[in-house]
Amino acid sequence: MSIRHGLLALLDQGPRYGYQLRVEFEARTGATWPLNVGQVYTTLGRLERDGLVVPDSEDEEGHLFYAVTDKGRAELRSWFDTPVPRTSPPRDELAIKLAMAVTVPGVDVHAVVQAQRRHSIKALQDYTRLKARALAGESTSSEGDDRSDLAWLLVLDQLIFQTEAEVRWLDHCETRLAQYSERQADLPAPSAASDAPKARRRTRA
Amino acid sequence: MTDTFPSTTLAASRTEPVLHLAEVSRVHGQGAAQVHALRTVDLRVYPGEFVAVMGPSGSGKSTLLTLAGGLDSPTDGKVLVEGQSLGDLSRKRLAQVRRRSIGYVFQDYNLIPALTAAENIMLPRELDGISSRAARQEALAALEEVNIGELADRFPDDMSGGQQQRVAIARALIGDRRLVLADEPTGALDSTTGEAVLAVLRTRCDAGAAAVMVTHEARHAAWADRVVFLRDGRLVDETGRQDASTLLLTAATNSLNGPVTE
Ligand SMILES: Nc1ncnc2c1ncn2[C@@H]1O[C@H](COP(=O)(O)OP(=O)(O)OP(=O)(O)O)[C@@H](O)[C@H]1O
Ligand SMILES: [Mg+2]
Repeated sequence: MSIRHGLLALLDQGPRYGYQLRVEFEARTGATWPLNVGQVYTTLGRLERDGLVVPDSEDEEGHLFYAVTDKGRAELRSWFDTPVPRTSPPRDELAIKLAMAVTVPGVDVHAVVQAQRRHSIKALQDYTRLKARALAGESTSSEGDDRSDLAWLLVLDQLIFQTEAEVRWLDHCETRLAQYSERQADLPAPSAASDAPKARRRTRA
Repeated sequence: MTDTFPSTTLAASRTEPVLHLAEVSRVHGQGAAQVHALRTVDLRVYPGEFVAVMGPSGSGKSTLLTLAGGLDSPTDGKVLVEGQSLGDLSRKRLAQVRRRSIGYVFQDYNLIPALTAAENIMLPRELDGISSRAARQEALAALEEVNIGELADRFPDDMSGGQQQRVAIARALIGDRRLVLADEPTGALDSTTGEAVLAVLRTRCDAGAAAVMVTHEARHAAWADRVVFLRDGRLVDETGRQDASTLLLTAATNSLNGPVTE
């Protein structure tokens, strides 16, 4: 997740100081990815070093305002114009856990799947409550906040769709497991059944 | 931070369930061909509660709903709606309960092709002796609630699947029914329209109705207070309503993987 580009995007709308950037960033993402002020200043420092922002002015209270440079603006455009890379898939603990669960003897895979499903649906319920609230607020909010409300809704939707995808995958795993068990049960002789896993292991390796 | 879903947990534990499936079983067929569609399922749904039913195909979800709606009878156990055992009612009385207390959204909509959208919705109300004028007013309001007010005088055949589905939902919501039963009510709807329909169901429950919705989609089930899981005709698990008050933002934040990186 790019704080760099997030801050550039905010500064593109006019000079801002550190604390202000933090507040606006969190308003747009509903504090889903909380930032501390330290991170904001570190990032501003690097942006300045790279010539993407410059210190602009100071107000009476001593807030140092930063402004985006032309180079910074170009960097921001190219961020919007380039898809977020999907290089190597992130290591997913759940996928690893299930891969292990189906191969380690004595693990109740259905229980593992159901426990995860329960947990994920609870998370979905939580996100959905937040969304119901955001949708209710959408119709009543003052005009100035509209855009950050919309941004927050989109972030929530992303969390919801991602969690749903996980649950669908779990459903799919269960169906696949059931098919597999049926096929195992259909295997003719018990001796053949005990040989089969070895043979399979060899071919897979 | 206030919760937009009212916390009815305490009240609900003291009041009578709107729907009670009491140790209900449903067996189809005889002898070797027997299918145990439901096996001693016990489920109580309280006023204000929205329950989603999930489970693989053939696990008994529709069976559960048809029993709850009095469209089928259990082979064992009892179905109680507002405290009345449906099995003890005369045909006439059962029809009345189904019309007045229960709103049912069928998986395949079940609209009457010869009637317009508004007429389809008005029908149960008129059968109950409400004047046509009043019934039409209610029908228009219900159509407005699912965002198709302008289609009141269209016939089902001249509507898209998603529009028909919304008429079916409007029909189930009309007349202040205490129990709304819906089988995949969002199946034909795009994601934002589906969301709007779920928000309507949610609002109904927040106003005191009880709802049971069958769905394959976790994203839709998540609008419910409680999600129950069926497998091979048994209730195997549920996410309980007592979890509902978890601090939402914390939960949302905690479940993200790892810290923010630059
Ligand atoms: N009239 C019937 N006669 C015989 N068996 C039936 C009848 N109705 C349902 N069943 C069986 O009962 C079981 C449960 O069916 P049900 O329709 O409740 O499943 P479901 O969970 O709704 O599935 P889906 O997700 O596919 O709609 C299935 O095995 C089905 O074949
Ligand atoms: Mg079904």
